[in-house]
Amino acid sequence: MKALKIIIRIAAALLVFALGIWLLQRLLVPKYVTENEEGLLVKEYYSYAGGNDVLFIGDCEVYSNFSPVRLWQDFGITSAIRGSPQQLIWHSYYMLEDTLRYETPKVVVFNVLSMKYGEPQSEAYNRLALDGMKWSDVKYRAIKASMTEEEADSEALTVASYVMPILRFHSRWNELTGADFKYMFGTRQLSHNGYVMRIDVKPVDTIPKAAPLPDYSFADVCWDYLEKIRTLCDRNGIQLILIKAPTLRPHWYDEWDEQIVKYAEEKGLCYVNILNEVETIGIDYTTDTFDAGMHLNLSGAEKLTKWFGTYLKANTALPNHRGEAEYEEKWIDRIDYYNEMAEAQAKQLSENGKLDGYWGD
Amino acid sequence: MSFVSLGFLAFLAVLILLYYLVPKKGQWILLLAGSVFFYAFAGWSALIFIAVTALSTYLAGIYIGKLAADRDKYIKEHSAELDKEAKKAYKAKVKKRTYLIMSLCLLLNLGMLAVIKYTDFGISIVNGIFRTNIGFVHFALPMGISFYIFQSMGYIIDVYRGKYAPEKNIARFALFVSFFPQLLQGPISRFDELSKTLYGPHKFDWNKFARGAWRVLWGYFKKVVIADRMITAVLALSGEPEKYTGVYVVALVLFYAIELYADFTGGIDITIGVAEMLGIEVAENFDRPFFSLNITEYWRRWHITMGTWFKDYIFYPLSVSPKMLKISKWSREKLGQAIGKRVPVYLSTIIVWFATGLWHGAAWNFIVWGLLNCLVIIVSQELSPLYTRFHKRFGFSNTKGYNVFQMFRTFWLMGFIRVLDVYRDVPGTFRQVWSVFTTANWGNLFSGSFLKLGLTLSDFIAVLAGCAVMFTVSVLQNKGQVRDNIILKRPVAVRLVVFVLIALLITIFGAYGIGYDAGAFIYGQF
Amino acid sequence: MDKLLEILKEIHADVDYDTCETLIDDGILDSFDIISIITEISSEFDVQIPANEIVPENFNSAAALWKLIEKLEDE
Repeated sequence: MKALKIIIRIAAALLVFALGIWLLQRLLVPKYVTENEEGLLVKEYYSYAGGNDVLFIGDCEVYSNFSPVRLWQDFGITSAIRGSPQQLIWHSYYMLEDTLRYETPKVVVFNVLSMKYGEPQSEAYNRLALDGMKWSDVKYRAIKASMTEEEADSEALTVASYVMPILRFHSRWNELTGADFKYMFGTRQLSHNGYVMRIDVKPVDTIPKAAPLPDYSFADVCWDYLEKIRTLCDRNGIQLILIKAPTLRPHWYDEWDEQIVKYAEEKGLCYVNILNEVETIGIDYTTDTFDAGMHLNLSGAEKLTKWFGTYLKANTALPNHRGEAEYEEKWIDRIDYYNEMAEAQAKQLSENGKLDGYWGD
Repeated sequence: MSFVSLGFLAFLAVLILLYYLVPKKGQWILLLAGSVFFYAFAGWSALIFIAVTALSTYLAGIYIGKLAADRDKYIKEHSAELDKEAKKAYKAKVKKRTYLIMSLCLLLNLGMLAVIKYTDFGISIVNGIFRTNIGFVHFALPMGISFYIFQSMGYIIDVYRGKYAPEKNIARFALFVSFFPQLLQGPISRFDELSKTLYGPHKFDWNKFARGAWRVLWGYFKKVVIADRMITAVLALSGEPEKYTGVYVVALVLFYAIELYADFTGGIDITIGVAEMLGIEVAENFDRPFFSLNITEYWRRWHITMGTWFKDYIFYPLSVSPKMLKISKWSREKLGQAIGKRVPVYLSTIIVWFATGLWHGAAWNFIVWGLLNCLVIIVSQELSPLYTRFHKRFGFSNTKGYNVFQMFRTFWLMGFIRVLDVYRDVPGTFRQVWSVFTTANWGNLFSGSFLKLGLTLSDFIAVLAGCAVMFTVSVLQNKGQVRDNIILKRPVAVRLVVFVLIALLITIFGAYGIGYDAGAFIYGQF
Repeated sequence: MDKLLEILKEIHADVDYDTCETLIDDGILDSFDIISIITEISSEFDVQIPANEIVPENFNSAAALWKLIEKLEDE
């Protein structure tokens, strides 16, 4: 038989296989539309990449608490958040590296809560942080740096499963829902430049006393990554600002705070523990949080953002882009979507008494 | 490198591509290089052991071959002057020397196997008897060592017996010992059979390639969809024996039968299929054993190459050895014809099954497993005249229904003996099996407690569907190979599409990755 | 030859040893039978059939077995 015929046959089979894998993969990967919606965040960044002067990196304490739309409307500051659920510090570092492939912000804001985690916490959070990242050597290094023990045991499969997520999610065949078919080829937009909006209220009832810890020192690996973030910013002429967002849980120990204060002083960085500014900002924990103190709701986030805008004005040389046509054009749609979602949520809340998802439908 | 790994698939793709691109004369050298690479993946130290086996067996073979050739030459040259007796005496003298060389080779290799595999077991026995407290040595068992040593020992015995001439090229011999598809779990090939096709040259043959690819696909289906899913329940049930008695033991017998069958035959399908894609014929190791009517037949159809190895190299030589014939004579005189006749056969059978048990693993459960098999074989041998009379009288022995009953009986009997390898505890296994008769917890079949073993309902459905496919294929195989009768008769386009569809199904329904334990091939550890 | 047939008949009375040429291939004789036959032969004929001669070709028919015995007696 002619070699060409054989090659055509095998190539045809491989092509059909690849097509099949692609279709099944679209079907089987989680859509993050009816649950774990934050899984959409990392990927959404690429739709608003470019022209952001401020970049927030960190966990839910950034994506639930800061509103880039408010920063734009009130201060003309352009910003984006690259947050993901329980984003660990190495995730944040690679998130920054990945962002630098698209734009170089003037200011990077890092929320220091993740300093408390020296080890991968859960495979699922790796997927939420990394699955959405576009492919590059950065992603590869991020995967290698983030693997849990279980993932490291079959490293080749783990890396391959980020190239072909079907290798990770194939067993979802028995969990498929209508949404998997509906959103097979397109998904919904969740965030507003990385901000995840919630308007409902669940007040803080009691603030439990935090138990003392046997050891307050952060893991070496966390310090290493913090230093890596700082030097990367340094090399790119970026001003790094460390913050601790004003949410009550998990508890932020004074002993931890002191270490960060010391580090910031040594390196000449701005560090602000916003927990100390709560009264100035006017956050009211009976109305400004949707889950009893873990995250701020829209009202809380807007208060905080307003205050933080002022802080940025005072401590950085960020330009005000209001009035510049190319920026105004970009942000007008974002403002619309922001208001639209707030209204939809308000409507659903008043009709049903509770929110079901983020889109109010 | 496990068959179920992306690394193996990539290795295979590259190897096959190169195999048909390099000059045909170099194909077997590429296979040797590939085999060394494959083996080196398990660690360089493991390479030393296989090298020792290959080299020692090669040299012993060459030496025996030279002695035999010299002998033939001498007899030919001196045939005029030597009478029959003198020739016989000369032959016997040479035979003594070849026997010595073979024995040294066996001693070295089996000794190596014994030290690595059985030292800890020996220590545990010594500790038990003398109440000492000698520490264990914990040698790591090199991959596939039981298989390649047995294969090499078969070779040296055959060369000694003059069945074939020894291989003169050491590289070619090294490939016979290390041929990568059969390193992990056999089959235990014979040199005269494997060497026919092992060294090529092989032109690309689309039909052979396609047949091989289909078989590999089938192997992956059995292994990944069925065995690797089922293993979760097997481990759960055997992990907490106190909790899982009665009906759960019955379930474990069934689950383990399915798991082991799908895993082992699936692995062998991959082995034989890969070889076929390379144009190489490897001996079959299974012949639908669960359709066997009795346990003797079962052992002719399950792990065939191991069975015939023990038969050809231990059972026969032992039972026809002069010593055994003497024992036979003696026992006939002392114990009477009826018993005396049985002594040599049964004695050999017991020794062989003891060795078979020990080969499977260095633990009492394997030895008891072997002896139980032996017991059933001997009892059924003794009962067989009774059966024959019974069947003659009632005349239903050849009905389909009775055959199904016999298969059912053999399946469960073998299954209950086999659970010794999952409990790994002899008295514990007997307790568990006894609990089937004393614990009335059959209600749990419907109480949902089976869904707490790590498998969801959909997993059970997937296994059930997989078993249905496996069963259907086995029945179809009554009329020959499914590939020849059904698949290869369709147009190429249809075949390709169906092949791809099955590959996609395996990708989805396979039990692999996070949340599943990518089960190592069970037989690799023996 | 008659002595051999007698031995064989004792193992399986219902087989026609004059015509059957697939004693092994069809699984008529199992390994137990083979050993019994060899043991009997060794006491009746004073030849020892070595293990390497236990191959299907030598045991598939009574005639083949007889040839083997003659060959071994000759050696």
